[in-house]
Amino acid sequence: MNEKILNLLNGNARISSSEIAARLEKSQQEIESAISKMEDDGIIRGYKVILNEDATNDSSVRALIEVRVTPERDGGFNNVAKRICRFPEVTDVYLVSGDYDLRVEVKGESLQDVAAFVHSKLATINGVISTATMFLLKKYKEAGKIMDGEDSYERLKIVP
Amino acid sequence: MNDSKLYRKKRLATHISELPKSGIREFFDIVNNVEDVISLGVGEPDFVTPWQICEAAIYSIEKGHTGYTSNLGLYSLRKEICKYLESDYGCSYRPDNECIVTVGVSEAFDLAIRAITNPGDEIIYFEPCYVSYNAEIRMAFGVPVALETHEENEFSIDVEAVRSKITPKTKAIILNFPCNPTGGTLNSRQMQELAALAVENNLIVLTDEIYSELTYEGRLPSIASLPGMKERCIFLHGFSKAFAMTGFRIGFACGPEDIIGTMMKIHQYSMMCASTVAQEAAEEALKNGRREMEKMREEYMQRRNLMVKGLNEAGLKCLKPKGAFYAFPSIKNTGLTSNDFAKKFLEQHKVAVIPGTAFGPCGEGYVRCCYAASVENIQEALRRMALFVESLR
Ligand SMILES: Cc1ncc(COP(=O)(O)O)c(C=O)c1O
Repeated sequence: MNEKILNLLNGNARISSSEIAARLEKSQQEIESAISKMEDDGIIRGYKVILNEDATNDSSVRALIEVRVTPERDGGFNNVAKRICRFPEVTDVYLVSGDYDLRVEVKGESLQDVAAFVHSKLATINGVISTATMFLLKKYKEAGKIMDGEDSYERLKIVP
Repeated sequence: MNDSKLYRKKRLATHISELPKSGIREFFDIVNNVEDVISLGVGEPDFVTPWQICEAAIYSIEKGHTGYTSNLGLYSLRKEICKYLESDYGCSYRPDNECIVTVGVSEAFDLAIRAITNPGDEIIYFEPCYVSYNAEIRMAFGVPVALETHEENEFSIDVEAVRSKITPKTKAIILNFPCNPTGGTLNSRQMQELAALAVENNLIVLTDEIYSELTYEGRLPSIASLPGMKERCIFLHGFSKAFAMTGFRIGFACGPEDIIGTMMKIHQYSMMCASTVAQEAAEEALKNGRREMEKMREEYMQRRNLMVKGLNEAGLKCLKPKGAFYAFPSIKNTGLTSNDFAKKFLEQHKVAVIPGTAFGPCGEGYVRCCYAASVENIQEALRRMALFVESLR
């Protein structure tokens, strides 16, 4: 049941517990306590809105940064990654396979803001070998949602 | 004026002129004159076709695959279809002469009926049912013999009742389970008894399995896989409902070589072949579209739960259908006829449902509500349904 609840929340985090209950043929009470439990257990870490920033007056700047790191004998990449995570301007951090090690996403007020963060904070962390910064120019799709609304077309209202 | 009427009557084929307009069609015209309707009146998925299937269609055009295919359809698609029927339905057919690709199940059904019906042959089918069955049989000069299915039996069949309708003229039995509009299904005992009855009376069984993928509590092997069925069963299925491909117009039939060969003759002279683009898209659907299809099925099942709960709470008794994407609640306790119920509900609350009588006279007392609609619309429709039913008390 948890898996089905998570699938539904993944599709729409604002889905009501009564709708989940009706879909899965459970009581609302059961659903609410299952969700609370997953929150308490740290399975659900939070709920986030998927925004089309172009349609708001949000002028913040986002960048993806490829970070190469020297792994430590104990802990590998974990310590560096954890340090990077602490900065509030960092929104996402992943260890990845490929040419670099950590993929860091940051959000700042301006280009200068992000640039300053990278050279004065990120690049100077012990263990960071190099960084490559890519500013995000336009968002087409996030978390499964396409930003530009597709043209709706009129389906037949009555079909045998 | 009278003269021109007479003239018109003469120039049209009598057996077609005599066919009634589809009950759904009539309702369609009414609905189209009302703005902002929430429609539970559709019979097709509200999902867009999964993208990789659309992409295969686009790619097919890009490659210039825009000519005819062989009359039976692309061999690679037929091979894929036969593999699918073997693994998922327990039926084995040869792609070279026991499988034909058609323009939807609609064409497959038409071919099958025309291939087996001699004038006067009786064909048994179950009502309430898909709107075309009766007309298709009559267009082929057959005699439609309708058997009723009832809510008390979960809209399933009574094999003894079938037996009582068999005459020396009976040629075939049409099955459509899961059923449009009732969502009824068959259990394995019913399938076995029916198969035995068909063997005993040497009848053809035409099974329209278009909703078979949308079975929510585990699917049984098809009746076509039972002993003695291979040589008398025509298996019809398509991509419209399972893969949300209604507009592609693609389906197929599998069956004994002589019947498929005869169907092929009609198809060859009247259709040539199904759309090449659609055939390539269908092949992709079978090869790589299953996961998307399963996701849609899970979503339909959850919407079914919502719909059935909501209808019962609104005061309309509704069984939980095991398949397809229709709820078929009883409206008997409102005192209205199906037609009046649907018309009033539409006029007063702008929600379209289909009167049960569109699917045969025994659909009186029921309406069909399709839950292949967005949850938002389903919930709003249910809210209005509760108000409407309350106002009738
Ligand atoms: C029972 C049944 N058979 C056949 C069809 C026709 O489907 P297709 O799109 O494959 O022609 C439908 C469509 O509503 C249906 O409900």
